[in-house]
Amino acid sequence: MTDTTDTRSHMPLGLAQRGYTGVIQHLAAKQAGSALSDVELESRLIELGFVEGARVEILHEGLVGGDPIAVRVDSITIAVRRREAMAIIVA
Amino acid sequence: MELPLLHLALVGTPNSGKTSLFNALTGSRQKVANYPGVTVERKEGFFVTPLGRQVSVVDLPGTYSLRGRSPDEEITRDFVLGKATGETVPDLVLCVADSTNLRLTIRLLLELKRTGRPMILVLNMFDIASRRGITVDVERLAKELGVPVVTSIAVRRGGTADLLALTDEISAKLAAEPQENSWRALSVSELRATQREADRIIADCVSLPASPDTWTARIDAVVLHPVAGLIVLALILFVMFQAVFAWAKPLMELLQSGFDVLGEFVHATLPDGLLQSFLQNGVIAGVGSVIVFLPQIIIIFLFILLLEDFGYMARAAFLMDRIMGGAGLHGRAFIPLLSSFACAIPGIMATRVIDNKRDRLTTILIAPLMTCSARIPVYTLIISAFIPARDVWGFINLQGLVMFGLYAAGITSALVVSFLIKFFMLRDFAPAPFMLELPDYKMPRLKSIAIGIYTRAKMFLVRAGTTIFSMMVLIWFLASFPQPPAGSTEPAIDFSLAAMIGKALAPLLAPVGFNWQIAVALIPGMAAREVAVAALGTVYAIEGGKEAAEQIGQVLATKWSLATALSMLAWYIFAPQCASTLAVIRRETGSWGWMGVTFTYMLVLAYAASLVTYNVAVALGAG
Repeated sequence: MTDTTDTRSHMPLGLAQRGYTGVIQHLAAKQAGSALSDVELESRLIELGFVEGARVEILHEGLVGGDPIAVRVDSITIAVRRREAMAIIVA
Repeated sequence: MELPLLHLALVGTPNSGKTSLFNALTGSRQKVANYPGVTVERKEGFFVTPLGRQVSVVDLPGTYSLRGRSPDEEITRDFVLGKATGETVPDLVLCVADSTNLRLTIRLLLELKRTGRPMILVLNMFDIASRRGITVDVERLAKELGVPVVTSIAVRRGGTADLLALTDEISAKLAAEPQENSWRALSVSELRATQREADRIIADCVSLPASPDTWTARIDAVVLHPVAGLIVLALILFVMFQAVFAWAKPLMELLQSGFDVLGEFVHATLPDGLLQSFLQNGVIAGVGSVIVFLPQIIIIFLFILLLEDFGYMARAAFLMDRIMGGAGLHGRAFIPLLSSFACAIPGIMATRVIDNKRDRLTTILIAPLMTCSARIPVYTLIISAFIPARDVWGFINLQGLVMFGLYAAGITSALVVSFLIKFFMLRDFAPAPFMLELPDYKMPRLKSIAIGIYTRAKMFLVRAGTTIFSMMVLIWFLASFPQPPAGSTEPAIDFSLAAMIGKALAPLLAPVGFNWQIAVALIPGMAAREVAVAALGTVYAIEGGKEAAEQIGQVLATKWSLATALSMLAWYIFAPQCASTLAVIRRETGSWGWMGVTFTYMLVLAYAASLVTYNVAVALGAG
């Protein structure tokens, strides 16, 4: 996906800390290294409401390595592992 | 003229309140079974509409889309499309939505619409939405979606009245000609487009308050805290286990003595002979030894259903996911494995909360390695007979230490087996990444819980009971025939087929230090592990059976070497000695094959563990 805005502020949600808030810019399933195929991972993320423009906030982290994370996506809360959250590019 | 049965199907995302709506519509008129060939639970219920139309409603597995990424979701897709084997195409699809959370359901509904099935959108939990200040323009929503929309409050009496009236209205004018199905699997861009469309419709028709549910946020601040959350989880588990062991105990003893009294009555009423023995030892004792587990099963399911309804189960999975992930287990496997410490049967039944087939199979396969309560009588008998009750390092009781070691061995081996399964057996299944909705907390409803416990208890008694019953009859037969010759003074079991099998097996079991008497005791012990204690008593011709456990211990201490005793303990960590567990595995996996795999791998592990234990012990001079 081409993006001409300030790319420095774009980061994968998988690297964000607890308390982070942002807006989803795009999905980049290739970057995630998930066991799922790119198409499958992207489909599942969309089905759970991770679409461009959705507001996200990291509410909670697990004990080991801050993993998994509980993410507020607009009006619902979804738990994901950081590995899969690497596919969600936020700013 | 009697109208034909109207077929409804409930479709919705997980946590949409689909099941509470199903319970509200049908009450206890439910049939729970499996879809043919798969491990997916099929729930069908019946009710009558206000206009007197007979209705069958099927509660389909929750799904976020029709892509069918798991066996459950394939069932939902095929059922709606009318492709499920042996199923009727639904006349009307009820798409159930949690009114507080419409995004994902509206997207699903837009996809469902393409199947051409007549449909109603049910805005469930409408009371909670109103209380939170969410307002929905129902008329406009129906117009935008092109689908009738109705609100419902499944948990309130009369909360489904509008839905029932609308069902009558729509079913009266259902078109006879088949509708056009234009559904095909959506591409990623189509998926994205439907979500955008759903978001646009919601923006037009629904006004959301600025703040999310404050109660959920407050509870989660503690419950999902990395440290406090694990402490809360440990406390919940502690209470659960106290309940399973302490609350169930009096009930189990009551049931046991009830069956004993019944057996005694049969013994006293009928003349000595085959019929008396069959009824007392085969039917009453056999079926009784299974039914005594019913209180434990009810209590475990009470906790599981309460926690699930409240919304806590997803949180427990969140907390345990990374900790269990190292062994290749899914976070959701945590509660089923824990339940298996009481009894593997409810544990295996509880694996239904795991939606991924591979994760569920792995959990089912290792659940019997958790030290269940039926092993405790065997462990305590052997430990008290052979392990001296002295302290090590001044403060640790050696007997307690051995007991702990047996539990630890069970857990460790379960993790190792899970790890091996992940790498060698189920590689073809894509592992499920942990992606789970954490629903807002809700007050559990007593009626829903009661219906859930009732259906599970019934299933346990009826289905597992029939299989177990036939196993019991077989074991009784083996232990009773042929009959001893008249005037013989030796125990009757010495002349039986069981003894012949025991003696035939003895050479096989000699390398692990078992004599033929142990081999014989292992055969009735197949029915349930603790039966082996009574069987050893019978074989060594001691009167009193289970009640005289201490006395059996004294006899064993003189007849067995320490190496044999240790070998027996190692055997019991692994041995697949529970017909009921095997029957439940067969039922839950829908396959004799997985039952065979479980039986074989556990038997191999048991033999290997005993072989090593015995030989090491003999080498160290304990032979």
